[in-house]
Order: sequence, then C-alpha cells, then structure tokens
Amino acid sequence: MAIIINSETKVLVTGITGRIGSFHAQDMINHGTNVVGGVTPGKGGNTHLGLPVFNTVKGAVAETGAELVISFVPPPFAADSIMEAADAGIRTCVCIADGIPAQDMIDVKRYMRRYKEERRMRLIGPNCAGVITPGQAFAGLMPPHIYKPGRVGIVGRSGTLGYEAASQMSDRGIGVSSSIGIGGDPINGSSFKDILELFEADPDTDAVVLVGEIGGPQEAEAAEYIRDHMTKPVAAYIAGLSAPKGRRMGHAGAIVSAFGESAQEKVDILQEAGVTIVPTPSSFGEVVQKMVA
Amino acid sequence: MDIHEYQAKDLLKKFGVITPRGGTAYSPEQAVYRCSELSGDKWVVKAQIHSGARGKAGGVRICSSEEEVADAAQWMLGRKLVTHQTGPQGKLVNRLYIEEATNIAQEIYLAFVMDRKLERVVVVASAQGGMEIEEISEEEPDSIIRSVVDPAVGMQNFQAREIAFSLGLEPALIPQAVKTIIGCYTMMSETDANMVEINPLVVTGSGEIVALDAKVSFDENALFRHPDISELRDKSQEDPRETYAGDRGLSYIGLDGKIGCIVNGAGLAMATLDMIKMAGGEPANFLDVGGGASPDRVLKSFKAVLNDKNVEAILVNIFAGINRCDWIAEGVILAVKELDLKMPLVVRLSGTNVEEGMKLLNESGLDITVASTLAEAAEKVVSQWKASDETLAEAG
Repeated sequence: MAIIINSETKVLVTGITGRIGSFHAQDMINHGTNVVGGVTPGKGGNTHLGLPVFNTVKGAVAETGAELVISFVPPPFAADSIMEAADAGIRTCVCIADGIPAQDMIDVKRYMRRYKEERRMRLIGPNCAGVITPGQAFAGLMPPHIYKPGRVGIVGRSGTLGYEAASQMSDRGIGVSSSIGIGGDPINGSSFKDILELFEADPDTDAVVLVGEIGGPQEAEAAEYIRDHMTKPVAAYIAGLSAPKGRRMGHAGAIVSAFGESAQEKVDILQEAGVTIVPTPSSFGEVVQKMVA
Repeated sequence: MDIHEYQAKDLLKKFGVITPRGGTAYSPEQAVYRCSELSGDKWVVKAQIHSGARGKAGGVRICSSEEEVADAAQWMLGRKLVTHQTGPQGKLVNRLYIEEATNIAQEIYLAFVMDRKLERVVVVASAQGGMEIEEISEEEPDSIIRSVVDPAVGMQNFQAREIAFSLGLEPALIPQAVKTIIGCYTMMSETDANMVEINPLVVTGSGEIVALDAKVSFDENALFRHPDISELRDKSQEDPRETYAGDRGLSYIGLDGKIGCIVNGAGLAMATLDMIKMAGGEPANFLDVGGGASPDRVLKSFKAVLNDKNVEAILVNIFAGINRCDWIAEGVILAVKELDLKMPLVVRLSGTNVEEGMKLLNESGLDITVASTLAEAAEKVVSQWKASDETLAEAG
C-alpha cells in the first residue's frame, strides 16, 4: 500500500472553499484521491465541488470518517488548523502553508505530544508540496503525470527537487512507491528519520531517495538511523553546496548555523553511513538506476 | 529581521532589563549634545549597524572628552564598517548611539535561541562574557549553561535562578539576574523574536546587572502580528538588490557572481546555483519565482535580476509542477522584448505544458537558448557567458 496515502485513504480538505484549496482539491479528485469533504468555518452544510462542507474537523470526522487532512489554510491561521485536526483524531495532516511563525510551530509540536502515541497525529510539512502514491492518490500540490508507480520511495524538503528526482527516474523507467515532501521550515512535522522508518517497514518500497538541503540537524539524524537500522539502500542529494554561510536560502530552514549543517558536512555524514551520494541534481536518474539494478 | 542595538535596548527596557542611559545621534554635533545631556566624564560612541563584532572594526569607541566624541562620530558616520558578519562590502553607518560609560566588574554571555533539534527555546549562558559564543564553545565549553523552556508554560523563575547561581553570581544579585533573564525571555516570546543575545551582560562596580550590548532578530513570518516591530526595519542595512526584489514580493538573495538565476522552488534554486558553480560559473543571485507564476511575475523576476548591474548572463530553470511552462515562456518572451535583453539567456523548461512552452520559445524568433536538463542548461549558460566575456574583452 506504499505509505501515508493510498486510493482508499479518506481525505478531508481544510480551506476547501478558498481559491487555492478549491483548485487543488479538484485536481486531487481528478486523479483518484478519495476526497470525502471539506472544512470552512461558517460554511458548514453547503456543498462544494460536489462534496459536503463542515464547520469543524470534528464534525467532518464524525460524518465521513476522514483520516487525512490536507490543509490549505493560510499561514496566520495554519497552526490552529493543525491542532484542530490533531484533536479531532485525524491520523495524518499535510500542511502546505509557507510562512507559519516559528513560535506557532513550537506550540503545535508541543500540543501534538499531549496525545498518546497510538492516537497521535502525524504531521507532514508545513511549507511542503505534499504526499503522493503514484497511480493511487495524492494530497498537496503535485503534478501526478511525472510520477510512474513503482518501488522507490522519495522523501525531500523541496517540492520541485522532488519532482526533478521523480521525473529523471520516470525517464529511465523507475517508478515511485510514495513521495513525501517534509517541507522547508526550521521546525516541521515529520523528519527525514520518521519517513525513512515508514519506508523501511513498507513491503512495497525497495529503496529510498532522500533529497536534503543545508541547515538543521535532520540529515545527520537520518544518517544515524540509516547506518544503524536500515536494510534498504538509500541515495541522497543535498542542495546548497555553493550557499554562503549564514545566509537563508529561500526556505526559512535553509541556513547554516551549526556544525554538520553545511551541504558538504551533510554529504560526508551520509556517505559515512553507507548512503549513495547523488552528486548533482541532474544525476538522480543515473544514480538510482545503478542502485536498484 | 534584524534591528539596531539601541532599538533592542529600548524594547528590553520595557521588559524590566536595565541598560545604560544613552541617546542616538546622526551628526558629530548631536553626539556632543548627547554627552552634555548624559553628563559624566566618559562616554561610549557606538556605530549602529546590523552586525556584531563592531568593536574590532572600529565601531565602538570609549571617549573621555567631547572632542574625542566628536572625532569618533566624524570618523564613523558615513563609513562602511566591515566585520566577519557583514561580508566584504561592509555596512554603512548612518546613526550612532552615545551611552554613558559603565564600570564593569564582571562580563556574562546570555542568549535565547530557537533550538531546531529540541524544537524549543533554549537559554545559553556563560560566565565568560565578552567573547563570541563560537570562541566560548571552543575555548571554555564547560562554562556553557543551557536551559530548555517548555512552551506550554513558558520560562519559570526556578530556571532563571538555576542559571543565575550557575553563573556564580553573589546571592544579593540573584533577584535582579532573575528579573533580567525572565524579562529577555518574555520579550522574545511576546514579540516573536527568534534570537536575543546580550553580550556582554555585565555586573557593574555598584552591583547592578546591565545589558551592555543587545542583538535581537525577529521571525519575519510573524511580523504580520507586530506592526510596531515592523516599523523598526532599517532598509539602509539591507542589500539594495534584496530590498528591491523583496518589495516586489520575490524571494531573492544577492550573491557575488555574474550569472543571474530565475528558478521555481527554493530547493531547485539552490541546486541550480550548485550546478552553475560546478560548470565553472558564479551565480549572481538566488531567486525563487514561486508556484503558479504568471508571465507578469516572470517579467518582474527579470527586472529584479537585471537590477544587479554585474549580471552578464541569465539562466531560467523551471520544473513546472503547479506552474505552467507556457506561462513561463510567455513571461520570458515578454521580458526579452520589453527589457531589450542583449546578454546570453538560457531557458530550461520541464514538467506541465512543456511542449507548448518550448514551441513558444522556438517560434519567438528571439535569441534564446533552450535546454532540456539542468546540467545542459548550466553548461550552456556558463560557456555562453565565457564566450561573451571574451568578445567584450576583445572589443574593449
């Protein structure tokens, strides 16, 4: 079933009546995603895109049994929408918002921990492109036509670099089990390690491509996990080799502030952990083909 | 967003932190006037720039006469100070802060940062103040005290007390140290700062705890709820290229090379800079044109890139997922015509509507080089730039 989402997953869209939410919800439905409804406070009882709209996530869960929330709520209100999903018993929340205040994310992460592990929500993002299981379903901003269904997992911070990897693989006939964008914010939901654990346990995934970048401790943490616990091969590319120190490169999280956070340091740490390095953003296809041969 | 020392001190005062008395000055005459206002016989003239390590660059001077103050002010104002944080171009001094001199008995380092691993605010302190934190962690790693704040309840008094006692402060100083530490934390959380650094925090000869310097930077994503903080922005401290692009809603970072870049997605933009470097070129900028970019937005991006007069060639790299290659191509054509672009231009399009986009470019009759992969695009732009550079050199 790949990871996080499949054709059966019941998907709820928060912010469904907004311009962006509406556009992408329709795209998700067109590509087979099982969208069961939407949430816009004050518009409950209406129908949008042929789907029921609810005032609250709790109300939507009660009526539809929704399991995954894709949030198109704008940054100032996004943290609230994530916590609402967590409290309503949602299993996975994918958050697209780019620009959530860091203190809001600290509060979100703290809040999510108040639930016991077995009912704790998994957060993907924010500031991410979303998740896709090619040929089945997706939640986010995804160009499904570039993905070929297959057995290699992708996890990355950057949306467009994830597309780049998938498309180079498709050109060589290599398909993707699931592709997960964890987002470019300094404080985010699932880490590389969290997603690698899922791919390691997934019978439909044979190998993983990790697309990292400068800044933050998560690539080093992933390297440790790969070295100690992963049996499946992993290839990794790290963006930002030429980035000057101390400058934030677009993503709020892409700033080098400690040892182990520059691109070269991350490459070295991953290589030592047995990861195959993708040396340039043009060589995803070639490197992955060799790895899975 | 960074602010000046005097602005940071004004904020800290509101939260109960003691700072030396002082005032701003924009001319040597004003600096001297501030001295008479402050009275006393020793003052510190401090250049207000968005950078640490000002002292080593001559931006902090202790003066014991009004003449010295006037001289120091004269020297600093209008000068570009270069520190290890400003980059080689330096930062322009156009305001000063004049303070009463402080009698220092002990220097402490105190900072509040967001720890990405713990996902919490962490207080970092050391009794070895005055040095940069990098130096302290190298030379006196055992002197560093850390305390993690639980966001559910915020910083507690006992945590501040523990820090104060660990710093070896006299019992009589503990209440004021606690007030200072809690004050800094409260300011940070109420203003959405992502860093507060007091270096040094000093114990004075008369037993007071005073913030002698203060560096605060704010989370730009939270400025929407702090209009008063937004007003503290000083554009003269920013790279003018970045201000220009930022004012037009573009995510742009100025770099030192000659090849301008327009890319969609921050990760792909970083990767594109890497590829240009590997191909033997130097990128002039980072620019993320964003998702769903209209032809008009592409035109704006060209304007921002060309606003940097060092740019001699341009690379456009788009992997359209939620973008559309035909819109990007329309924007490129519009920009070449409207801006009368003469320099080498390489465009790589991939993804949604790529055939339509390529067709538009190929049929435009304009001098645009197309590429199908990122590697090809980077190689082409670097070789064309080198060739045009040679032609220019021969002609010149």
